[in-house]
Amino acid sequence: MAVDATEGAASAPGMPQLDFSTFPNQIFWLVITIVVIYLILSRVALPRIGAVLAERQGTITNDIAAAEDLKRQAAAAEEAYNKALADARAEAQAIAAETRAEIMADLADATAKADAEISAKAAESAARIDEIRAGALEAVDAVARDTAAEIVATLAPTASDDASIAAAVTARVKG
Amino acid sequence: MSEDAQEQTHGEEAVAEHGAEAAHGADAAHGADAAHGAEGGLQIHPMDQFIVEPLFGDGPISFYTITNVTLWMMLAIVGVFVLMVLGSRGRAIVPSRAQSVAELTYGFIRKMVEDVAGKDALAFFPYIMTLFLFIVMANFLGLIPTSFTTTSHIAVTAVLAMAVFLTVTVVGFVKNGAGFLGLFWVSSAPLPLRPILAIIELISYFVRPVSHSIRLAGNVMAGHAVIKVFAGFAGVLGVGAIAPVVAITAVYGLEVLVAFIQAYVFTILTCVYLRDALHPSH
Repeated sequence: MAVDATEGAASAPGMPQLDFSTFPNQIFWLVITIVVIYLILSRVALPRIGAVLAERQGTITNDIAAAEDLKRQAAAAEEAYNKALADARAEAQAIAAETRAEIMADLADATAKADAEISAKAAESAARIDEIRAGALEAVDAVARDTAAEIVATLAPTASDDASIAAAVTARVKG
Repeated sequence: MSEDAQEQTHGEEAVAEHGAEAAHGADAAHGADAAHGAEGGLQIHPMDQFIVEPLFGDGPISFYTITNVTLWMMLAIVGVFVLMVLGSRGRAIVPSRAQSVAELTYGFIRKMVEDVAGKDALAFFPYIMTLFLFIVMANFLGLIPTSFTTTSHIAVTAVLAMAVFLTVTVVGFVKNGAGFLGLFWVSSAPLPLRPILAIIELISYFVRPVSHSIRLAGNVMAGHAVIKVFAGFAGVLGVGAIAPVVAITAVYGLEVLVAFIQAYVFTILTCVYLRDALHPSH
């Protein structure tokens, strides 16, 4: 009896965990709880979260691939730009060289033409100078003759004829 | 209700004592009083928080009676539902805070199953997730003052542990046939030692559900009881109660840790046992 009493005192307020009369109740509700949580998780929560995680992984992979692609495009664009720049520079140089050559040719042409003109004009002028010189010699002859005739006429109005005067002048001028 | 029950037991004791020897009866009654800490007004009932009682009315507890066990297990279901279903309902690529927690939990347990038990154990992932979420939710709900901690009861943890034990044993034999017995035959040990090791392995295999269940219930129960004891001290110390209150705060912090760690330990041991069942060779 005394043993019974101490046991009773120990189990009732002591360890409710060892009160076997409550075990069926706890186990019943535990099984229901576990089944409900299992159904919630396996039917709704876990597939949904798994899908979200997979989708996120896919999005990240796609984004990285897209970024990679854009980077490659940017590099290609830069290369094309550099190439265009180099082409333009080469073309500009070619145009400049061509223009320079053209100008040089034009210049040579114009110089040659001017030289020819100048030499033609010089020849013409030389001819006219010769002509003028010849004219001047003739004029000196005539003036000398006229002057001589005048002097003769004044000094000896009847002394000689024109022909002898002319011959005398010519002889003097030549002498 | 709990007080009533105790009164009732006391009454019965008294009657029994009167029927028998009076001196012994007086002793026993005094002992019972001392056990209740009647001296100096010190009233500590650290185990009262674990009493299973009907929510509505009185009477015997049959298996379907709605008790505080029912209430707190249903709250655990609600907690799991809120965390895992409502938390993830946005299905956002950039998760909200609740969704992050749900995803972290998912990733945590999934990685544990994969790393510890192997890829072929992922078929059991929902089951292990159920165990983890139930235990962790029950443990944390149990930390609410005046709540009831379902995982502090050996009946609950023993059922969980036995379920794991039976699952593991059945899976082991279904997947490996008689080869599952190789788990007990340590082929790397010297031949004369093997029978002895086989006996030790066999015993340790059957002790698994015991340690598995008592570890969880014991840890949770001990912490809660310690808090209650300190709370009882605080009740009679007056201004000096600051010391027990500080102690309760410290123990409570420890209990928060224990609540998670014990759920983690239970889950990872389940994974370890599962690995033994799937790959029994040493």
